Amino acid sequence: MARYDRAITVFSPDGHLFQVEYALNAVNKGTTAIGIRGKNSIVLGIEKKSAMKLQDPRTVRKIVQLDDSICLAFAGLVADARVLINKARIECQTYRLTLDEEPSVEYITRWIAQRQQKYTQSGGVRPYGISTLIVGFDTDGEPRLFQTDPSGIYSEWFANCIGRNSKPVKEFFTKNYPGLRKEEKTEGEEESEEELVDFELTEEATIKLAVKALMEVVESPKNIEIAVVKKGSLRFLEVDEIETLVDAFEAEQKEKEDNKQ
Amino acid sequence: MDSLIGITGKDFVIFVADTAQARSILKMKGDEDKIMVVDDSKMFAMAGDTGDRTTFCEYVKRNLKLYEIRSGLTLSTHAAAHWTRRALADALRQGPYETNLLFGGWDSEAGASLYYLDYLGSMHKMPFAIQGYASNFVLSIFDRYYKEDLTIPEGLDLAKLCIAELNKRFLLAQPNWAIKVIKKGDDGKASLEVIVPAKQ
Repeated sequence: MARYDRAITVFSPDGHLFQVEYALNAVNKGTTAIGIRGKNSIVLGIEKKSAMKLQDPRTVRKIVQLDDSICLAFAGLVADARVLINKARIECQTYRLTLDEEPSVEYITRWIAQRQQKYTQSGGVRPYGISTLIVGFDTDGEPRLFQTDPSGIYSEWFANCIGRNSKPVKEFFTKNYPGLRKEEKTEGEEESEEELVDFELTEEATIKLAVKALMEVVESPKNIEIAVVKKGSLRFLEVDEIETLVDAFEAEQKEKEDNKQ
Repeated sequence: MDSLIGITGKDFVIFVADTAQARSILKMKGDEDKIMVVDDSKMFAMAGDTGDRTTFCEYVKRNLKLYEIRSGLTLSTHAAAHWTRRALADALRQGPYETNLLFGGWDSEAGASLYYLDYLGSMHKMPFAIQGYASNFVLSIFDRYYKEDLTIPEGLDLAKLCIAELNKRFLLAQPNWAIKVIKKGDDGKASLEVIVPAKQ
């Protein structure tokens, strides 16, 4: 077997790793994925491309389960994601086999990030063209949300967005994630004592926030898929549930505009 | 020597296992749980030295779980039993796992099923099965009293008969027995119940 020892990801004279940056470009071409951390649940949302008539939409899943209480959404090259997800699932079970306990969300995130980094520093390979949002519950019951990217960085977030149009959605989150606002609260979804971060988001409020965020960047409710992650379960919302939420939200908006006039 | 008994009936599988962990003539532990639950719908009763039996069954359990997470489907008892047999058979001519097993479960296609596996990789689907010396005493009880479509209380009565016989006539019989049952729950899915825990 030929030896693959020529590196593909190498430094440029001014310190850039162009392959990694190009991988990030690939991610930014992928469909949007968001994650929001609530008090007892985490909501993942993705932009669904309009289904081609001949395609079975159920086979295009961008929100997947890695372990009993850990799920993942990604943006970028779908095939790269498939490979990484498969390896991550094996790692979850290997961890359980060796240690007889469930891996923490951070452990799996770190593992995935390590793997992504390895592929920026090995011969003959290119980086994975995906960023991931990894969510789940640790044994203490705390919900966690992490993000990784092709460079191998990982960090924890209260709410985040990856893929195309991530910038406006991130701005939406900075304005609308409750507890981060320094001005007065808006719709009074939860009573907030103004701490820096408020984890009082109920499951319902988190879902609403996710739908609102995605509606900023998609055309219609049919292009949204939402999944609610609670300890030990992953539930996808039905299309009509999402449509009801969007209708309610649009009615609210209209009322607000009418009141302003 | 481990005594393991498996009984199937209408939509349930009962496993009865002794709880002794022995080294030669010394009983090291009297509350060992030899019935390993894979998930709500499948379980193993394992015989043999602790090393091989837990290593092997944990390995199978994790691989079955991996399969289910990857595919999003719960494996049927039939498929899981065959996977287990394959693992035993593949290891036979390299480094055999010295463990004899009973594998049982409930799924919606086959209902309750029970498989007898041994360390050489043989596998038989049976309505009732026994591992260990207990088979010498208990098979005849089953021949006399077992019938198809038992209810859970009837199955437990049969288990009690077996335990009574062993306690009376088997030299190495144990006072403690652990009992678990996997059955079709009210919601139509499989559910697990611990009737008698190993630790008492």
